[in-house]
Amino acid sequence: MKILVCVSKTPDTTSKIAFTDGNAKFDEAGVQWIINPYDEWYSLVRAIELKEKDPSVEIHLITVGGADAEPIIRKALALGGDAAFRINADSSDSYYIAAQIAEKAKQESYDIIFTGKETIDYNGSSIGGMLAELTNLPFVSLATKFELTGSTASITREIEGGEEVAEVILPVVVSCQKGVAEQRIPNMRGIMAARTKPLNVKEPNNLDALTTIVSFELPPAKAGVKLVDADNVNELVRLLHEEAKVI
Amino acid sequence: MSVLIFIDHSDGHVKKSSFEVLTYGAQLAAQLGTQAEGLVLGTVNDDLTSLGKYGVSTIHQVANEQLNNIDTQVFAQVITDAANASGAQVVVFSHNQTGKAVAARVAAKLKAGIVTGACALPDTSNGFVVRKTVFSGKAFANISINSPIKVISLNPNSFTTITGEGTATVTPLNITVPAAKIKIIATNKVSGEVPLTEADIVVSGGRGLKGPENWGIILDLAKELGAATACSRPVGDAHWRPHHEHVGQTGVQVAPNLYIAVGISGAIQHLAGVNRSKVMVVINKDPEAPFFKAADYGIVGDAFEVLPKLTAAIKQMKTNN
Ligand SMILES: Cc1cc2nc3c(=O)[nH]c(=O)nc-3n(C[C@H](O)[C@H](O)[C@H](O)COP(=O)(O)OP(=O)(O)OC[C@H]3O[C@@H](n4cnc5c(N)ncnc54)[C@H](O)[C@@H]3O)c2cc1C
Repeated sequence: MKILVCVSKTPDTTSKIAFTDGNAKFDEAGVQWIINPYDEWYSLVRAIELKEKDPSVEIHLITVGGADAEPIIRKALALGGDAAFRINADSSDSYYIAAQIAEKAKQESYDIIFTGKETIDYNGSSIGGMLAELTNLPFVSLATKFELTGSTASITREIEGGEEVAEVILPVVVSCQKGVAEQRIPNMRGIMAARTKPLNVKEPNNLDALTTIVSFELPPAKAGVKLVDADNVNELVRLLHEEAKVI
Repeated sequence: MSVLIFIDHSDGHVKKSSFEVLTYGAQLAAQLGTQAEGLVLGTVNDDLTSLGKYGVSTIHQVANEQLNNIDTQVFAQVITDAANASGAQVVVFSHNQTGKAVAARVAAKLKAGIVTGACALPDTSNGFVVRKTVFSGKAFANISINSPIKVISLNPNSFTTITGEGTATVTPLNITVPAAKIKIIATNKVSGEVPLTEADIVVSGGRGLKGPENWGIILDLAKELGAATACSRPVGDAHWRPHHEHVGQTGVQVAPNLYIAVGISGAIQHLAGVNRSKVMVVINKDPEAPFFKAADYGIVGDAFEVLPKLTAAIKQMKTNN
């Protein structure tokens, strides 16, 4: 069985969000880069768990990004992938990224393709669905559980106000979120092993991006908190009712 | 030519988020000088003609019961066929669970550029530029869609519903529905509670509440307000509350009209999931808690004393009005 895990490099969750070049670009100064938490904690760890159960499972990692994405790929390999592929392109367009990954996926016929439910920078939530379309596979979104019996996957997914359990015969594309697995820390052995695991770099296919980022903006600053005395909750109720008009 | 609006429903009823996308799609159609048309897949009990009050003239329906369950492959096929049939320039979804499952797949099939999580009407003065939230609500990006057909999914609770006069014509759409590869074997809905992502008011508790046995004061306040309940990540991790209540950067993102945070410090990752709320109230005994910098209203005090009083005061206000 072959599993593809899509990983993306994102700024650390505590990064200061600022922009340069007349608000056209994210300011990377001083930013720490991490593996997108949904990719790392949930998709990758679940793939590793499946391999632990069945050592014949082969895990490939893929990212579309520049050479600066390599540290996070090494970290992902340290957690547990077998081989990694980096498609050497920098793009914010989800169609472009999905189409690059789809080319690779078509060559390898993976049984499972995992993505995170979204990246924490662009919050697109798009790659999984597009990848499934471009490879003509079923897609289950927002998974909170992924179980495998033979070649049948039983996937619990979030719906409004609850969840549903979907059954599908592999191959399948799944976007993962909390519940699918638990975060792990790479150990020394994994870190050593990752150094010699193959990290293949491939040039992108020539494709058009369908979207481009024009500019960024920060939200207007908040007016500041209005404090109400703990002994005067009636005043809070009045403010919420009359001023904010939310109750 | 049209703006095609995907109308989401569950349990036989059109969802609230669909009213928002209907309003959005109708305004967009007016802006583009074209007409707004709705699309319903599956069967509903609601009277669809009444959706005309949001500004749509026609609603296409593929009333096949198989479509009451979502298989993204089937949905993408049917929605794409419908988009082609109505000559859609723009297809609009809600960026809710259904939109997240289906919209990007439809975009890939139409080879249409997509902006997910949009929060305003496109600027069409020079091209087609859509504003969306990025960095988990900490910033906005203006994104230009360069393809002839465009797909937009709208953040829930970010666009005010407007109703006018009008009834829509419901026309059955004859589209072959392919067989589903995904079988839904169970559906578990939390009954009797307001779904978190649809709620107008959310009452949320953090580690400051000390333990699951103390959640009564949160539930009482939520009940009084008709609110959904949420929690911080450590609370979900410790199983004090079900993990689907965990809000934040790595949990559920919410944007209610009112978010009340009780005993939550306001860590950056928590705020990332709630900062699109219109009004935020914090109740925390530590005046230095970072949440006070993000909130609109705050009480420095002990949750165990403040909350019961607040619940009583709201009850009082309701009886007075
Ligand atoms: C990569 C990453 C992702 C993360 N994602 C998320 C996420 O999605 N969501 C999330 O919530 N967190 C997330 N976190 C964790 C986050 O950093 C905080 O640790 C967490 O939000 C703290 O939860 P809390 O506010 O409930 O607890 P604490 O930080 O412990 O705060 C408890 C608060 O309660 C107050 N308090 C105590 N007693 C009382 C009382 N009697 N009355 C009133 N107030 C009282 C205290 O003053 C304190 O401010 C993430 C962290 C990382 C590193």
